[in-house]
Amino acid sequence: MALDREQVAHVARLARLSFTDEELDRFAHQLSDILAYADQVTALATDDVPPTSHALPLKNVFRPDEIGPCLSQEKALSTAPEVEQGRFKVPRIMEEP
Amino acid sequence: MTEVWELSAAELGRMIARKETSARDVVDVHLSRIEALDDSVNAFLTLTPDLARATADDVDQRIAAGEQLGPLAGVPLALKDILCVDGVRTTAGSKILEGYVPPYDSTVVRKLRAAGVPIVGKANLDEFAMGSSTENSAYGPSRNPWDLARVPGGSSGGSAAAVSAGFAPLGIGTDTGGSIRQPASLCGVVGVKPTYGLVSRYGLLAFASSLDQVGPFARTVEDAALLLEAIAGHDRMDATSIPEEVPPYVKGLESGVKGLRIGVVSDWVEGEGVQPGVTERVRAAIESLSSLGAEIGEISLPSFRYALSAYYLIAPAECSSNLARYDGVRWGLRAPEAKDVVEMNVRSRTAGFGDEVKRRIMLGTYALSAGYYDAYYGKAQQVRTLVIRDFEKAYERFDVLLGPTSPTTAFKIGEKADDPLAMYLNDVFTIPSNLAGAAAISLPCGLAEDGLPVGLQLLGPPMSEGLLFKVAYAYEQARGPVDAPPLWGRS
Amino acid sequence: MGAIVSTYEAVIGLEVHVELATHSKMFCDSPTTFGAEPNTQTCPVCLGEPGSLPVPNRRAIEYLMLIGLALDCRIAPHSLFHRKNYFYPDMPKNYQISQYDLPLCVEGYLDVEVDGAERRIGITRAHMEEDTGKSLHVGTTGRIAEAKYSLIDYNRAGIPLVEVVSEPDIRSALEAQRYLTELRAILQTLGVSDVRMEEGSMRCDANVSLRAPGTEAFGTKVEIKNLNSIRSVSRALTYEIDRQQKALDGGDGIVQETRHFDENTGKTHSLRSKEEAFDYRYFPEPDLVPIEAGDDWIAEVRALMPELPRARRARIASEHDLTPEQAAFVAASPSSVQYFEALLASGTAARDAAVWMAGELSRALNGAGESIENARFSAADLAALIAAVKEGTVTLSSAKKAFQDAYTAGKTPLQIVDERGLHQVSDDGAIATIVDEVLSANEAEVARFRAGEEKVFKFLVGQVMKATKGQASPQVVDRVLRARLGNS
Repeated sequence: MALDREQVAHVARLARLSFTDEELDRFAHQLSDILAYADQVTALATDDVPPTSHALPLKNVFRPDEIGPCLSQEKALSTAPEVEQGRFKVPRIMEEP
Repeated sequence: MTEVWELSAAELGRMIARKETSARDVVDVHLSRIEALDDSVNAFLTLTPDLARATADDVDQRIAAGEQLGPLAGVPLALKDILCVDGVRTTAGSKILEGYVPPYDSTVVRKLRAAGVPIVGKANLDEFAMGSSTENSAYGPSRNPWDLARVPGGSSGGSAAAVSAGFAPLGIGTDTGGSIRQPASLCGVVGVKPTYGLVSRYGLLAFASSLDQVGPFARTVEDAALLLEAIAGHDRMDATSIPEEVPPYVKGLESGVKGLRIGVVSDWVEGEGVQPGVTERVRAAIESLSSLGAEIGEISLPSFRYALSAYYLIAPAECSSNLARYDGVRWGLRAPEAKDVVEMNVRSRTAGFGDEVKRRIMLGTYALSAGYYDAYYGKAQQVRTLVIRDFEKAYERFDVLLGPTSPTTAFKIGEKADDPLAMYLNDVFTIPSNLAGAAAISLPCGLAEDGLPVGLQLLGPPMSEGLLFKVAYAYEQARGPVDAPPLWGRS
Repeated sequence: MGAIVSTYEAVIGLEVHVELATHSKMFCDSPTTFGAEPNTQTCPVCLGEPGSLPVPNRRAIEYLMLIGLALDCRIAPHSLFHRKNYFYPDMPKNYQISQYDLPLCVEGYLDVEVDGAERRIGITRAHMEEDTGKSLHVGTTGRIAEAKYSLIDYNRAGIPLVEVVSEPDIRSALEAQRYLTELRAILQTLGVSDVRMEEGSMRCDANVSLRAPGTEAFGTKVEIKNLNSIRSVSRALTYEIDRQQKALDGGDGIVQETRHFDENTGKTHSLRSKEEAFDYRYFPEPDLVPIEAGDDWIAEVRALMPELPRARRARIASEHDLTPEQAAFVAASPSSVQYFEALLASGTAARDAAVWMAGELSRALNGAGESIENARFSAADLAALIAAVKEGTVTLSSAKKAFQDAYTAGKTPLQIVDERGLHQVSDDGAIATIVDEVLSANEAEVARFRAGEEKVFKFLVGQVMKATKGQASPQVVDRVLRARLGNS
């Protein structure tokens, strides 16, 4: 499955990464190689095979609805690049999701 | 005369408990050795002497007060820099977390503290655990104590190198596709990938959530078993944590292998890409186990051919999602003077992540995107089922499986850096166990013709660590002492 | 606006998000209380700190199951959490843990009454997800478009949300209003949420398209957001249906887009300039294991189901011989039923109770912005007032006035009656005196009455009532006035 530069650019936008044209081409090439290798799996007949999303046989793991200790505001904000009014500050958000 | 840093963890633990030496002295000896030699090995990204000494002092005080502590109290440990330590810089080997100081402890660290184990430093790794050589670290590669021009393996290369170099008798790494076992093999030490869910992932910076497991490094099987006992167990903070009680591993270690059915994975032991020296050492190990009374058979596992491909769809897919949180908003690198938050996200991530990480994020994003899910991620999850079924069938005939850990010994730094696919092939023998969530161990089985260590891999079903330790121990005892790496200064 | 004559059928689907009233968050034990200082109710998990892991709140799952059962959904025996991936600063992990193709509750329905007819609105699904943090846009107006930067508080991040998705079975703004009102009443009765739209504990997005009646194919769908009350939903749908009609009639197509409802103008306007379908790259959440809802667990949860509004209305109406409208008012919530039953226990007749609750009590509560749970005086006090009217010691109009005044003054109605001397005047002599005064002051009207204008009588009665400040017994006034006019 060969990827072209436009496809790679679209994936980059989804992943919030930017690349030079040269990098995009290099990625297109590398990703295509890896996908060609991974394509082997598409050759396998797996019609009746259920997918495994969890290797464990666990089910129904829950916690009770009880309150526990929180981080202090100071500690919660301690990692923040920028803080204002007790909140994480970010450059303007252009659009709502 | 044996140096303190050459001793096993079990022995050091006993000496400290008997007050033949203090935990503080043991820590100081190791810290001095690190100071003298780590420039050439680069095993550590951050040293934590204050933390280590505080733990050691506490151990000494409690022993002086007559308290009975665990077997590893006072024994130094190198912690892969991908587990959170409250108040201590944790980078995941990435520039994007260069200044990140977590506000909480991972469960594993909490358990180590409770066991009185001093953490001497945060060990180097491939960025976000993605890699097989530690060359993807944003802080420079670590070097193999057997040959400083060669890689120690990865992604837990720093921890493996630290244990191999005598910087600490214990190490903690993580294994998603082989990242404990492969560096253990390349550095000539013992490394264990526990059953998925045996060790808590709370506080482990996630790479591939359904595959990641935290596990021990050590120079002896007994030490690895002791460390696994200390860190394993159910954790209410991890919903994928196994609820059952952890069985004892060290008790009964000496049971032997008489009558045990060992299945040699024939496709792995010999063939294209497998170094002859590796084949030779593994065959010798099989001989040894046979003479100890094990029943040796052969097995072929057809789905394993596809395991690598499935892994390189599942792991990147999960990682593309797990790494989305590194966006410059709440922690880590933030690109300055962005005109809006999207630009800030893009510039921070582009500057902060290395090429391999970007490659896997891109691959994963693509594999999950609209229209491709069924063909890629969905299909890979089906392959996973086939791998699990093949293992189950295998374990009807055999108790454990056996093969090499890595197809080659340690390669030179830079040798495979430009060919990602070639790098991925390092994990071909280790990946199946991760896909199946099963247990596996790598232990040294001698040197190849190039004088570099070869790792023997034993594989078992989920929750079979006890059995694997028994087999490994039996082999280890029969094998006798291994050579020390040149860094130890022995001829 | 009059009824819209149209050749199109409106096809409306509603997505309602409900914030659950659990003590702790969905995936961690941080508290959920409203109004705390920013970032004081967070922990590594709800902040999405590197290395953190989610663990689901069992009560939240049971609330979801209860909601599903109340909406006649099938509870899926096998259900998964999925990750919904997209970047947005108020979402700490840049993915939301949600449910995708294996939600817990599917294929239910909600019956609503519209213009005397019963309409069944299908419920496609109800599923579990987590709420996001809140952004403050700092700029000139607080609106996102003019912001210079934003400040984010993660206290709300991780609070459990249930999303209820209806089939596109709704056909009018009125139906939508009924659907939301009934859904809200059910959720309130279950006790799973505060369901206050103005506070954000219940949110609604609408999807609207038009098609020619009788066709199966759907028209182009428009999504409408920023609907902050049930009334806003109704207004927005009315506007949007009209807008789409005009566009179609004018030969223009409908653009598939998201539109924003403006409270002030009552119009919707385009929100997203570029139509880019979101690629959420859903995949099963690897950090969480599947939910298997076995029959035993479902039965346990079903046993917690209270009497739902519909059943309650029917019971009240039949037990007390009330009209459907009266029953609807009385049965609106468990608290209103309690109040009603307390009135009955104090001796009030059911009809009187219903009339007073729907009338004066409702007016007083609305005026004060309160709800019946904190009505300022007890059912017993209201019962005493109603009894006084029945006995004739207070006229109905005095009683009503006393009720309202008592409410604002914080006293009981009978206290006000006593203080202001509002007792009914029924003494013939006293009334006769006033009647005579009124008749002498209104000679022209008296003449007109005597000339045959019957309706002047009402005016004269009014004058007497005015003179007595409404306290005269209407029956006595009537009798005395007729007697006086009959003579001479």
